[in-house]
Amino acid sequence: MAAVQTTSERALNKVAIVGVLIATIIFLAPIYWIVSTSFKPRNLATTIPPTVLFEPEISPFVKLVLRRSQLREQPSPEEYAAAPWWERLVFDGGEKVVRDGQGNVQLSGYPSRFVNSLIVAIVSTVLAVGMGTITAYGFSRFKVKGEQDWLFFILSTRMLPPVVVAIPMFLMYRAVGLNDTHLGLIILYTAFNLSFSVWLMKGFIDEIPREYEEAALVDGYTRMEAFFKVVLPEAATGIAATAVFCFITAWNEYAFALIMTRRTAQTAPPFIPSQVGSGLPDWTVIASGTFLFLLPVAIFTFLLRNHLLRGMSFGAIRK
Amino acid sequence: MATLTMTTLDPQSKAARRGLSDLAIRNLFIIPTIIFLIVFNIFPLLYSLGYSFTDFRASSNAPANFVGLDNYRTLLNDPFIWSNFAITAKYVIVSVAGQVVVGFGVALLLNREIPFKGLITTLLLLPMMLSMAVVGLFWKLLYDPSFGIINYAFGLGRFEWLSNPDMALYAVALTDIWMWSPFVMLLSLAGLSAVPKHLYEAAAIDRAGPIYTFFRITLPLVAPILMIAIIFRTMEAFKTFDLAYILTSQPTTEVISIRLYKMAFQEWQTGMSCALAYIVLIMVIAITNIYVKYLNKVKER
Repeated sequence: MAAVQTTSERALNKVAIVGVLIATIIFLAPIYWIVSTSFKPRNLATTIPPTVLFEPEISPFVKLVLRRSQLREQPSPEEYAAAPWWERLVFDGGEKVVRDGQGNVQLSGYPSRFVNSLIVAIVSTVLAVGMGTITAYGFSRFKVKGEQDWLFFILSTRMLPPVVVAIPMFLMYRAVGLNDTHLGLIILYTAFNLSFSVWLMKGFIDEIPREYEEAALVDGYTRMEAFFKVVLPEAATGIAATAVFCFITAWNEYAFALIMTRRTAQTAPPFIPSQVGSGLPDWTVIASGTFLFLLPVAIFTFLLRNHLLRGMSFGAIRK
Repeated sequence: MATLTMTTLDPQSKAARRGLSDLAIRNLFIIPTIIFLIVFNIFPLLYSLGYSFTDFRASSNAPANFVGLDNYRTLLNDPFIWSNFAITAKYVIVSVAGQVVVGFGVALLLNREIPFKGLITTLLLLPMMLSMAVVGLFWKLLYDPSFGIINYAFGLGRFEWLSNPDMALYAVALTDIWMWSPFVMLLSLAGLSAVPKHLYEAAAIDRAGPIYTFFRITLPLVAPILMIAIIFRTMEAFKTFDLAYILTSQPTTEVISIRLYKMAFQEWQTGMSCALAYIVLIMVIAITNIYVKYLNKVKER
């Protein structure tokens, strides 16, 4: 290849490298801005020109998890000196930490929303991947009448617009008391991810040679044993990739969470925007909440990089 | 044939007599999923189909009255609904076209020997994995007329993005392009890397120019995969809710999902919103059908 490379070809390559560099900078700039804002002091978050170099601090994260109120009068020097370091950071920002009657520090809404997101995403992922895997095995290994139609039906449930499904689900949940519960959201996310998990897992299981199970059957395994001891270990990578995809989808979901939850079971995606209400929002706190929320997805994306294409095309394109 | 013995296991064989029969396992593995999807996806749709013929309001205790096709008639004659559809169509066209241009363009650049190609590709894919609602919210700061970095970086002064009714929809589309161009890029890269090298070598021997090569070799061979990306993104853009809802509240950005949300959960016109949901649903099913046909076509290659 290098032998036939002409001068113009080499010049073109240089142009491509510059172009890719520019694209990468533009695509990563908003993410960089989120991360950098989450370490800024409040007064540097909205400056003109934008502040790029600054001394990073963690006060946005402290403020993120604590319930605060406006400081009416400056704390006395003794009070300030007696306060722990994180309380002093809040004082420095012109606010004070809210305590209950016993003097216990009150948390903001963020930690509980984050935990809710974790509960709902993890449980719904386990359910969707578990059911999806066995269903995919069923479709992959056995004759099913009208198989293509069933698979199309399964996929089509994924394509429904969330708001369309949410209207009747809201009414039904209200009738049985599932609105604003973890269970209600878990069911919705499981249903949403189930179709995806069947399609993706079917592709992975199709790739496992049938001879493996056959050998196990000949060796005296039952079909169930062959499935658990031969097929599942072989499909481990596929299961992990599918699980990560399902987790990310449930973790990021907004519309259902907005409609179905208010407080108790509210997840982070509807909570974080609700913090930008009236007045001047503290963007450093929003950025720190956003950063913590995006971190797991960023890590997963990196781990998942070789399976992204497959997942995004519902298993149609393998590479 | 190995496959045959697997799919139709002889019922008299030893393997079949031990444990559950294959038929039982098949049913045990498949039927719960089908039932689950019917109960939580299809049944609610039937439930709302019923309500779409009534004047039911979920906010009041008044019983639902059967009104026949009145809701559908009202909606289809409502110019405001049609303007919501027009806004949605404009959004779909701008946003999907932008994603194809940017995504395919970056894929063409990346389809060469670039240092750190793997790492760069992964980094470029990051936006599409993030939460639309949460990252979309942050774009409010980026678009801010006085201290947003977009105006600063491009020297636009105090340009109004989100508070300008004529600009807001494009601003939402721009954020969508940022998020989802990576998707088009990912699929395009797969298509581009599948083009056989010898075709380019043959074209080079025939002294074909780069433009001729692109339109006669590259584009036709990448087209099916690119088509999948376009249909999928069209479907998603048609359903869009999160970004537009979070970024602005301009009437010029009221896409159909937002209208539906407001009708159902703010105005509490439950019966009417169920009817609108059905109109939207029929459109989505039509696009889904095209999508699945293409998906199967590419799969068979």
